[in-house]
Formats: sequence, C-alpha cells, structure tokens
Amino acid sequence: MARIAGIDLPRNKRGEIALTYIYGIGPSTAQYILDKAGIHYDKKAAEWNDEEQTAIRNIINSEFKVEGQLRSEVQMNIKRLMDIACYRGVRHRKGLPLRGQRTRTNSRTRKGKRKTVAGKKKAPKK
Amino acid sequence: MARSIKKGPYVDAKLERKVLAVTDGKAKRGVIKTWSRRSTITPDFVGQTFAVHNGNKFIPVYVTEFMVGHKLGEFAPTRNFKGHSGTK
Repeated sequence: MARIAGIDLPRNKRGEIALTYIYGIGPSTAQYILDKAGIHYDKKAAEWNDEEQTAIRNIINSEFKVEGQLRSEVQMNIKRLMDIACYRGVRHRKGLPLRGQRTRTNSRTRKGKRKTVAGKKKAPKK
Repeated sequence: MARSIKKGPYVDAKLERKVLAVTDGKAKRGVIKTWSRRSTITPDFVGQTFAVHNGNKFIPVYVTEFMVGHKLGEFAPTRNFKGHSGTK
C-alpha cells in the first residue's frame, strides 16, 4: 500500500490516476512525476516497490507543494485579498463570484443552496 | 488576456508624475485626487493616500505594500448594494 504525502492511500488505480488523489497533483504533474521516477503510467499504486515509492516521495517533497501546505497557501492568498479590501476580497467576503459572472441567476456554487424570499412573485406563465 | 510584460505596468502618466513629485520631496505629502482607476499600483505609491473617483465621489484609499500590483479602482467600489427593500 502506497502512503504518500500524509494521508493518501489510493490503490488498485493506475499510478498516473492514483497520484491525482493527492491535493495539488493533477494528471499532468502525475505524469511528470512518474516520468522522472522512471515508472510506467499503467503500474498500479499498490504494485510500487519501496524504492519506487521513495523516488516518488522525494520528487514530490522537493518540487511540489501539496496537501496542507498548499491549502494554507491558498487560504493565505484569499485572506490577503480580504484584508486589503479590494474588489475580489469583498466578493470573497460576501460569498459571491469574483470574476464578473452574473448573479441574477446561477452562481449557485458560490452562493450555496437557494434561499427563497417570501413575497417574491414568480415569473408569469405564458 | 493579461497585459504584455514587455510594456510594464500601466500607470497614468499624469498620476505617476504627481506621485514621483511627492516621493522626490518636490511636492507636499497629501491626498492625491485621481480619476485614473485603471492605473496599476506600483511600489512608489506605498504609504500615500489617494482619493479615487468611483463615478460619484472620491473614496480615500491608503496604499499598503500588499496592494502593489492591483489597480486603484479595485479599492473604490462603484456599486453600493445595501440590500433589497423589505429585507432587514
């Protein structure tokens, strides 16, 4: 069983895919890591021997920021925006989209579940 | 699309002149009134106060070093949404 970058234990997946279970590693970084470690993409994560595992670990430790560290960096960046009170920071605070998308409809990802407002008329039927 | 690096950050020429006059000590330190919301904040701006126009009035913006690289307009909101009627 492969245990890389803390808590991640993806097994029975092709190495290329298994690595993407780590926060901060996507398909192309996964391929880059396997290329550098000289491991075939199709080799299952459970089949890596200790040597291969340490090779992968070393590459990730030296070249990439993953998991907790990366998460905290992202949070720091958001906090910076909120602290300087720029437009993007204000949108973060209000939980609205930052990049000029419409908010009359949609943008449910940022706004969360619909909150029905009492007394608001429904669109008239044709 | 992002601005070409070759050109460097955009700063309104007139505004830059005013800022540099203060940093060189030629002009007195004070609020710099500007309509140039599109100007990028450069390290020269740090520590100065700008009165940035928001289309209606001037919003005082005190520039800190974290603001470098942003535009002046980002700190002077043009819309001021106070909530819908009836929602208290």
